[in-house]
Amino acid sequence: MFLARVYVTLKPAVNDPQGLTILGGLHTLGFASVEQVRMGKYLEIRVDAPDADAARAQVEAMCRKLLANPVIEEFRFELDAPAPAAG
Amino acid sequence: MIDQSTLDEIALSWEEYRLIAQRLGREPNPLELGLFGALWSEHCGYKNSKPLLRLFPTEGEHVLVGAGKENAGAVAIGHGLAIVMKIESHNHPSAIEPYQGAATGVGGIVRDIFTMGARPIALLNSLRFGPLSEARNRYLFGGVVGGISDYGNCLGIPNVGGEVVFGPPYSGNPLVNAMCVGLVEADGMVRAVASGPGNLLMIVGADTGRDGIHGASGLASRTFEEERELRSAVQVGNPFMEKLLLEACLELVQTGWIVGLQDLGAAGLTSAAVESGAKGGAGVEIDVLQVPRRETGMDPYEVMLSESQERMLVVVRRGYQDRVKTLFDKWGLHCALIGRVIPEPEARILEGARVVAAVPLAILTAPPLYRRQGAPSSEVARLRAYDLSSLPDAPPGGMSWSGALLALLASPNIASKRSVYRQYDHQVLINTVVPPGGDAAVLRIKGTPKGIALATDGNGRLCYLDPFAGGAIAVAEAARNVVCAGAEPLALTNCLNFGNPERPEVYYQLEECIKGMSEMCQRLGVPVISGNVSLYNETAGQAVYPTPVVGMLGLLPDVTRHCTPAFKAAGDAVYLLGADLAAGATTGPEALAGSEYLAHLHGLVAGRPEIDLELEARVQQLCLEGIRQSWVRSAHDCSDGGLAVALAECCIAGGLGFTASALPQPGRADALLFGEAQSRIVVSVAPEHALALEERAQTLNVPLIALGAVGGDRLALRPWVDLPVAAAQDAWEHGLERAAGS
Amino acid sequence: MKFGVVVFPGTWSDMDCYHVLDTVLHQEVRYLWHQETDLGGADCVILPGGFSYGDYLRAGALARFAPIMGAVADFAARGGLVLGICNGFQILCESGLLPGVLMRNRHLQFRCQWVHLRAERATTPFSGAMQPGQVLRMPISHGEGNYYADAETLAELERRGQVVFRYCAADGRITEGANPNGALRNIAGIVNREGNVLGMMPHPERCCEPLVGGADGLLVFQSLVQSSLKALGAV
Repeated sequence: MFLARVYVTLKPAVNDPQGLTILGGLHTLGFASVEQVRMGKYLEIRVDAPDADAARAQVEAMCRKLLANPVIEEFRFELDAPAPAAG
Repeated sequence: MIDQSTLDEIALSWEEYRLIAQRLGREPNPLELGLFGALWSEHCGYKNSKPLLRLFPTEGEHVLVGAGKENAGAVAIGHGLAIVMKIESHNHPSAIEPYQGAATGVGGIVRDIFTMGARPIALLNSLRFGPLSEARNRYLFGGVVGGISDYGNCLGIPNVGGEVVFGPPYSGNPLVNAMCVGLVEADGMVRAVASGPGNLLMIVGADTGRDGIHGASGLASRTFEEERELRSAVQVGNPFMEKLLLEACLELVQTGWIVGLQDLGAAGLTSAAVESGAKGGAGVEIDVLQVPRRETGMDPYEVMLSESQERMLVVVRRGYQDRVKTLFDKWGLHCALIGRVIPEPEARILEGARVVAAVPLAILTAPPLYRRQGAPSSEVARLRAYDLSSLPDAPPGGMSWSGALLALLASPNIASKRSVYRQYDHQVLINTVVPPGGDAAVLRIKGTPKGIALATDGNGRLCYLDPFAGGAIAVAEAARNVVCAGAEPLALTNCLNFGNPERPEVYYQLEECIKGMSEMCQRLGVPVISGNVSLYNETAGQAVYPTPVVGMLGLLPDVTRHCTPAFKAAGDAVYLLGADLAAGATTGPEALAGSEYLAHLHGLVAGRPEIDLELEARVQQLCLEGIRQSWVRSAHDCSDGGLAVALAECCIAGGLGFTASALPQPGRADALLFGEAQSRIVVSVAPEHALALEERAQTLNVPLIALGAVGGDRLALRPWVDLPVAAAQDAWEHGLERAAGS
Repeated sequence: MKFGVVVFPGTWSDMDCYHVLDTVLHQEVRYLWHQETDLGGADCVILPGGFSYGDYLRAGALARFAPIMGAVADFAARGGLVLGICNGFQILCESGLLPGVLMRNRHLQFRCQWVHLRAERATTPFSGAMQPGQVLRMPISHGEGNYYADAETLAELERRGQVVFRYCAADGRITEGANPNGALRNIAGIVNREGNVLGMMPHPERCCEPLVGGADGLLVFQSLVQSSLKALGAV
């Protein structure tokens, strides 16, 4: 069992109103040092695969096919060494 | 042996514990005690309110399902159709987590409606918050509205009305009352009943987790300080799952494969199984090991008391379980067989083969009822006796009367709520004839010429000053609102939001409010068909204003003849029904009692509100007849902010001005412009019908004043008020957004 | 004319579309369940509004993989008429049947309100009953209607005249104030290059009877019916 931590983020050129709103909120709270906030999605995916390469290939396909919309989003992920299944 | 902390956890007293042991003839085990804690809570058992709720008139020729019989009440509207409706609070969960609290409040009330086989066709929300000047209140307001918006919109049920009111006693104690209205063929209603030994119990929807344990006994029966530690009791809603359940259940009720349907709300499986068993005159047996779980290691206590959302209990005819499962599979819903109906009238809980609880339903469903002694607080007596004539007859701070009107129009309680309701889908199902923003929403009933009008109302400030009058006014105003839309009030549902009833001043408020509501219901001939009670709404010993919220249903025989507050044409004569030129009640200081003007501009909550029940009924009759005769072209309840605000709202809605030619004299200008004497409606009438209205008013013994005429682009109540309608519109349209800083 | 109205789990404008086509326009109409793979001989397929699969992940992202969508894509490729309304527009974009994407509204809030639209083209099967430049009044009801595409795609949409509806002021001017969600170039509805697939955020099915506030939506459905009659005439 592999654990993939997938990050889906907006492409740099795409406007991010949620990020801007959070930025404004942080400034209101006194975090004046914050220069930029970009909001994204984080997913944890447990994959049963024979080896890391196979798991990586599967996760890559999932991201391309469903998890990210290539028009506005990009993705990256980390793959953890075999982990015990949850609960 | 039981200890204090265990009893505290489930909010039962020692006396109640002893009563349980005595009736059982033995000590209950911890699981059994948990069942009692849930079912004997105020939320499920109504132990403080039930004796008072009996005062409500619940019978009527249209009533098909009366109050307290099923998940919601039902009335016939002709054409073989029935309207099913109920309002319910989700105050405590919303105080802790406003977004999820409000969202799951919507989810719960929607399940109450489709549980009866009715398709939900409308939602309304009656909300109360503390002043927007406090950051916490802005957070609660935004979160609650967001939760309602996201959950309701995802379900595809139009959110057509309600109220948003702000006042200091609601700081930290927001009220979130959600109302749902459904439509069903009158002979197609389903009961929440488990009957016929051998029939099967199935659970469908979300898996069961540890969320919401002690929601009923813990949250709704305690005050807020204790509750902040009970955060784990917050449930998270899944509107998509609810939408699937809704469609699947409506398909299921058409099949004849089931005997009953019950949603899992407060106290989860415990309350659903016990209440449907008790109603069916049978017993229920549930094996907790068969209940699908979201978490591992849950014990029977947790499974039975979980308040995980979006779950339903289905009582299936023996032999039909496979067909039921296939139907749910089609909708992608998991269901599981968890038990059966048994002949012995008891709740029998199994963990595999082992019986872990067995309690007679008759004991579980008969909590002790408390009749307490109420007494008004000395503070309220002082405010009531306040000499309003000692106030200078002028707005504070050198403000002009026009300035005072603009300030009131911009005040969050009076300003347009468009910034809220535009976040709610109010059109889906394409029945919405009059959208939110008027006195009442009007929906058509497809396939018939009919329409229904819906409104909620309840003025906590007035109830605080005089709970009897305030209770009567809540019913009167809600009825007046649907009358102004051209509908005859048919039935109501109500949600009673109060503080801790163990305190005499709160019990007094509860009792007097219910009495006032009941008398107005009697006089108007409107039965109470459903309701909900939310007590213990307080922080640090400070209760909310006593706030009964009335949800009113009205019927229009011909929906095309509905009415709105908007002035329609220049030259139309404008009348104030329910007042005459010499009326002291309209221009005397007493008219200011509990008014928005006093509260918002003078920071004063004082005086004693009054209502004449007989006059109210006659005014409503005149207005309704006027609309039905097509004499009346616009009608608007004259309430919050008084006559000047009502006239301004009619002008803004119609994009037309108004000039007064006659106003009540003599008396105080503040009372005339902003006083909130009851039983008054502003109507506009085409000149050729003016005489007919006046004659009918005389016959019905309803006083009225010909105030002036529609026309121009200014609102002129000279010598006090004279301003462009556009200025009034700007104040009114943007007031709430400006106050909320959004 | 025969219409098919697709029902995904979470769809809610299906009944509204059905009501208008059946009761108001007296056309033949049937529901198409998302697990079907056959369009039942429909001349026009409607992907209605709602929150298919809860709009979880992204609006429309999961619906595009439903079995019915394979049939819809084949149908569209053969020139069949496909109308995506609101969530249907989102699904068409996610499926690649239309370019671009519908992002969260700029102000982050859901909006249910009436808007004005300018019909930019009256030569599509969805707008043939309109006058070019005609201003229509229709409701919107969405949280993710903020149309986005990269500059190149936008330029091509404009060059090929694929923008069918734009949010406008009551007098037809295209203004920032008339844009309810931040959509680029006030885009409210577009067609594919071939002109047989239209996606639009406003709800024409909600305004086909004056009693519920307006009837401009009829023009969309009447355009479809007219185009089908024309097609029959051509045969």
